[in-house]
Amino acid sequence: MIIGPITDGIVLDHITAGKAMEIYQILGLDKLDCTVAIIKNADSVKMGKKDILKIGELIDIDLDVLGYIDPGITVNIIKNGVKAKRLHLELPERVTNVIHCRNPRCITSIEQELPHTFKLVDRATGTYRCIYCETKAKHK
Amino acid sequence: MKHLIDILDLSVEEIDGLIETANAVAAHPEQYADACRGKVLATLFFEPSTRTRLSFESAMIHLGGEVLGFSEASSSSAAKGESVSDTVRTVSCYADIIAMRHPKEGAPMVAAMKSGVPIINAGDGGHNHPTQTLTDLLTIQREKGRLGNLTIGMCGDLKFGRTVHSLIHAMSRYEGVRFVCISPQELMLPEYLRHDLQRSGVNFVETQDLEAVMPELDILYMTRVQRERFFNEADYIRLKDSYILNLAKLKNAKADLSILHPLPRVNEISTEVDDDPRACYFRQVLCGRYIRMALILKMLGVQKA
Repeated sequence: MIIGPITDGIVLDHITAGKAMEIYQILGLDKLDCTVAIIKNADSVKMGKKDILKIGELIDIDLDVLGYIDPGITVNIIKNGVKAKRLHLELPERVTNVIHCRNPRCITSIEQELPHTFKLVDRATGTYRCIYCETKAKHK
Repeated sequence: MKHLIDILDLSVEEIDGLIETANAVAAHPEQYADACRGKVLATLFFEPSTRTRLSFESAMIHLGGEVLGFSEASSSSAAKGESVSDTVRTVSCYADIIAMRHPKEGAPMVAAMKSGVPIINAGDGGHNHPTQTLTDLLTIQREKGRLGNLTIGMCGDLKFGRTVHSLIHAMSRYEGVRFVCISPQELMLPEYLRHDLQRSGVNFVETQDLEAVMPELDILYMTRVQRERFFNEADYIRLKDSYILNLAKLKNAKADLSILHPLPRVNEISTEVDDDPRACYFRQVLCGRYIRMALILKMLGVQKA
């Protein structure tokens, strides 16, 4: 299978195998007019299998959201056909409207307009807590 | 601007300062009688709590200030569907400081994000109740003369009891404190609090047997099993009488044990205990007014008159 190089765009590499479609949806890539390639189960020396997303346009990506969903992803920014920047993601300190608080006693359960914000309290275990009620959410 | 949402918003030094001010207020109340003249406290109680609301109002009145507010959500615009943020933004225009109780956890934090004046969390669901904790700390300090090197029994509803959670967090910061957590299986400490204690190396044990641990205790902190925290009435009925303290159970207790209770009590402390000198819970109520006076003074940045 041959997928050509991109001139200006973003390559999301080292996506955990099977997560590319979830990321495609969350980043709203279905709404783009440019070329987007979803590569599933590519061979990887480091990971065995991995997914890759190639986006043929320089779009704004919420790296915090991406880092929360799959902190092992490498983000390559391509400009004029060459790699201009390479970013390694990590679990973000805060995520908003990515995790939803399920505590029925939390203020977010009755005030619909409030953002669901979680903060990272333990990087080693990937544990997040709701900033309002401290309910725990663990990174999968 | 500084708000008080969680007891851990205050450093140990700030708590020591509040206790010092509260003791000064207790010793010379006349020196503080006009300290807050011209200032207004709003008590926004979206959930009924006569005791805490009256304590705040009494504190402000004893400082020479004025109070306004509501005592249940049905008599506020929350009944019309107004958000906490909008209510607080509005009340900020009427008052210099707000004490707020809400049944939902995190509501005072939402208020603090939008308020133009300092917010004091007067209890948010089963989550935090920092001024009760300050009350408890002042009581312990006045009864024992110290806040460190104590064995503290926490008895009753340790799962939903916010006073318990806040007090454990606050006392964990003092040297030599050991917790004995006494509860039925269903009302044990929540997982996150147990994790916090383990992670910070705090000495604690969990048991269901109050009488067995009684001789070890310097402080016995009794709590009520609260009907309003249960979604299931049958669970409440089954657990509400788990621990009832009476003189027989105190037989092997230390002579200088201090029995605390955040009140209101239902039946978890028999009235026969009330006249025992070890019963501190009514003196604790008075400490509640003193420490709230100290807190209002601090948050409004005013000194004694």
